[in-house]
Amino acid sequence: MSPADRFARLPDLLDADADLRRRGRWVTVDCRVDIGDQPFFLGLENGALAAFERGARLMRSSAFTVRGTDEAWTQHWQPIPAPGWHDLFALTKRGVASMEGDFRPLLQSLQFFKDLLALPRREN
Amino acid sequence: MAPVLDPMIGRYVRLKIDGVDHRIYFEEAGPEDGGGIPLVCLHTAGADGRQYRHLMADPEVTSRFRVLAFDMPWHGKSTPPDGWEKTEYRLTTASYTAAIRAFCRALELDRPVVMGCSIGGRIVLNLAIAHAAEFRALIALEAADFQQPWYDTAWLHRPDVHGGEVCAALVSGLIAPQGPPASRHETLWMYMQGGPGVFKGDLYFYRVDGDLREKVKTIDTKACPLYLLTGEYDFSCTAEDTLRTAAQIPGAQVTIMNHVGHFPMSEHPAKFREYILPVLAQIF
Repeated sequence: MSPADRFARLPDLLDADADLRRRGRWVTVDCRVDIGDQPFFLGLENGALAAFERGARLMRSSAFTVRGTDEAWTQHWQPIPAPGWHDLFALTKRGVASMEGDFRPLLQSLQFFKDLLALPRREN
Repeated sequence: MAPVLDPMIGRYVRLKIDGVDHRIYFEEAGPEDGGGIPLVCLHTAGADGRQYRHLMADPEVTSRFRVLAFDMPWHGKSTPPDGWEKTEYRLTTASYTAAIRAFCRALELDRPVVMGCSIGGRIVLNLAIAHAAEFRALIALEAADFQQPWYDTAWLHRPDVHGGEVCAALVSGLIAPQGPPASRHETLWMYMQGGPGVFKGDLYFYRVDGDLREKVKTIDTKACPLYLLTGEYDFSCTAEDTLRTAAQIPGAQVTIMNHVGHFPMSEHPAKFREYILPVLAQIF
């Protein structure tokens, strides 16, 4: 299964995690996550995924984007990631991921987003 | 039923740092009959001395060492100096060094060992550079002469982002995945409890004022032994950063710790113990 195919299961993974949805109850934002060359558009409302679309969308706006290479996500989602691949900022520091856009909603709920983006790790 | 008490005792000491009155909180634990080699422990940026509670509760350590951990001014239960509300907190190499030496003097410690982590590790390197003769041994955890920044500290103190939560969320990735979840979250809780702008003020020392490149070459480990230990999951101070630093210091002993990140003593106390006991065994 490709990293993008793994990330496509995010709605089910978040549905199954009541604690993460509880912690994200203040999060309402549209954002974009790129898994390799595959964009995903996430519409979060009160910590739940009200919208989740895979693939390019013309003129779709989003508050911020998190991008990572296929290798970055594959390593990040290992059951126990290797040093330097285990955290979103470890990935950006080594140059295999990046973040851009309005950082405020991301940093206001940073642990929620880190945990959200790590959810596919559970499907090993 | 008798109360179940942890062995460490907490007190406040009054002292002057650079001529300014301070009331500093510290905890200590040592041999039952008193004495012991003083071992002063320095917490990480934005945290407090509780990070060393497991070390202070370890009889194999406290049978020979008097372990002391003080909360830096502005941290934990140490109140900021009078008039703090009119200033912006900024730690510097000079103010940090002065605080450590003032604490050791006030407690009348005889050539203590100093062990510090992260910013505490960095300042330990400065003690080795500038004040080696005052110390029996120096232990730098997660330390290097310089580290590449990996985020903008401006996000740590602003009204539209919760300071405690963003500090904890940023540093959470520095904890290794193998540690006990309870220890991970206890470590993060301390970050959530920091005063506004304090973590950011500590990082002024780390990022701007405390660059020790070139200076570490002057460290004389014959005057005072120096031990460096860094966790493999620390991507802030990487193993490569510590190894590069140690390579410039003849006689420095370096250890890379498996299954540990940036907070070895609090994120995985049992694993840290495996690495720190052999170091302490070399100190008399």
